[in-house]
Amino acid sequence: MAELEVIAAGPQVSVQDGGRPGFGRFGVPQSGPMDRRALRIANLALGNPEAAAGIEVSRGGLALVCRSGPVTMALAGGGFGVWRDATPMPPWGVLTLRAGQRLDIRPGHWGSWTYLALPGLAVQVWLGSASTHLLSGFGGGALRPGQVLRLAQAPPQPDRAIPRPVSARPRPLIRVVMGPQDRFFDPATLADFTARSFTLTDACDRMGVRLAGPHLPPAAPLDMPSEPILRGSVQVAGDGVATVLLADHQTTGGYPKIATVLAQDIDGFAQLRPRDPVRFMAVTPESAIVTARLQAAAHARYLAQFAVKSGAP
Amino acid sequence: MGVFPRIRAVADHAVLAEFGDTPSDAALAGVRHLDASLSRHPLPGGVESVPGFAALLVRFDPLVTDHAAVTLALQQRLQAPVVSAAPGRLHRAAVCHDADMAPDLDAVAEACGLTRGEVVDSHLAADYRVVIYGFAPGYAYLSGVPAALHLPRKPAARRAVPAGSVIIAGAQCLITTLTMPTGWWIIGRSDLRILRDDPNRPFLFDVGDRVQFHRVAALPGDPSVPGR
Repeated sequence: MAELEVIAAGPQVSVQDGGRPGFGRFGVPQSGPMDRRALRIANLALGNPEAAAGIEVSRGGLALVCRSGPVTMALAGGGFGVWRDATPMPPWGVLTLRAGQRLDIRPGHWGSWTYLALPGLAVQVWLGSASTHLLSGFGGGALRPGQVLRLAQAPPQPDRAIPRPVSARPRPLIRVVMGPQDRFFDPATLADFTARSFTLTDACDRMGVRLAGPHLPPAAPLDMPSEPILRGSVQVAGDGVATVLLADHQTTGGYPKIATVLAQDIDGFAQLRPRDPVRFMAVTPESAIVTARLQAAAHARYLAQFAVKSGAP
Repeated sequence: MGVFPRIRAVADHAVLAEFGDTPSDAALAGVRHLDASLSRHPLPGGVESVPGFAALLVRFDPLVTDHAAVTLALQQRLQAPVVSAAPGRLHRAAVCHDADMAPDLDAVAEACGLTRGEVVDSHLAADYRVVIYGFAPGYAYLSGVPAALHLPRKPAARRAVPAGSVIIAGAQCLITTLTMPTGWWIIGRSDLRILRDDPNRPFLFDVGDRVQFHRVAALPGDPSVPGR
């Protein structure tokens, strides 16, 4: 059995897989990677199933040492710095660690999340998924120094870079469908929401990101019942401050949702950093469906292009 | 405002079927009816449905279907006759009111103009029903808090409230499953485990189940880890 030991892990570095859909009715969000495309790319590049459990690395970074190897792994997502021992490696790529070698992943020029795909990572599963719900710690869990990751023995692969798609970049212009509780805001506030720029604050984690920017005062008393929340809901609290809810979001909330981010734009939104500017653009539900299908087709072509070349088992 | 049910498009992968602007028995019945229909006969391309107090969120795969098709399908479901829901099961929850497990009991008594004992008796006497799960894993909102105990949330949340805490706000009561902050009033602690290890039944309550609380002098076992 191959083994990696965690030397250092920043906050919010955790095990994630394809997520845990279907339990929203029990108060359980889907969780899964903040940048879903990036984990899929890393897994396919390694030869894993696309939703296999891997490690989500935050801007807190991660350092590992190979205790028993060799271990071939793949990295994708964001613009991080990656070193094997002291040698810089492609931030998106397949690489092999031999026993005694060290891997360091640190934040680079852009991006908030990168993904480490591993062969047959042994994980704790909750409700059919290894994705960590960080608030409870359920699922595979957050990584901590001294922890040993147990892996399947797999034949090593040569080092190579993974082509980075344009769609992997952070998205400063985010498409939304307005509502469903936009009735709580007057027309001027709704116009401000799409006309003016916001910035991400430091209050950002796997549950959501609080924004700074235009004040969005609810025009009506907040007497709404607690209603379901989605990944991408833009919820405005009574103080007029907007929060975009993300992978580990609470499942219901009694504050109005002024708009909802398209699923196709959430990965790019999650890669923004605190103090980055962001603007919202309202689109119709019909055009949102059209772009979702176009983007899925483009992404499938991208995946086909490099997954075939991997020569992985 | 508008005619209910009202179906709104949400992002590129969901619709929200709204049955009222405020919670009511009629709105909740509408949510239950549509949710039960989708559980029995899932929609093509449907991912999951999540009930709220007055609305049902229906998630779908945009590569398979779209808002218009889902909206039409939901409207057809809503025409169907209502199948009466099965009567829920009854769960009994022990509550301990030791001062360290019920830090807000005195404040609740003062705010309601009752004695500590009257607050406890009033809470225990009521019959509770599981309305929805929400917020966090296993957080089951129970309706049925007596009107004499209805209080708005506290102005400031208390941090790191232990799992198993019995908390109230407005007409709602719940037994927490995680150690988290809460702005609700903490009036006791229970050892009833809502999150279970059983993969066939990971959550103790079903929506519609009944819950009754009874007083115990001490809790058996360690109530601080009801999960896992």
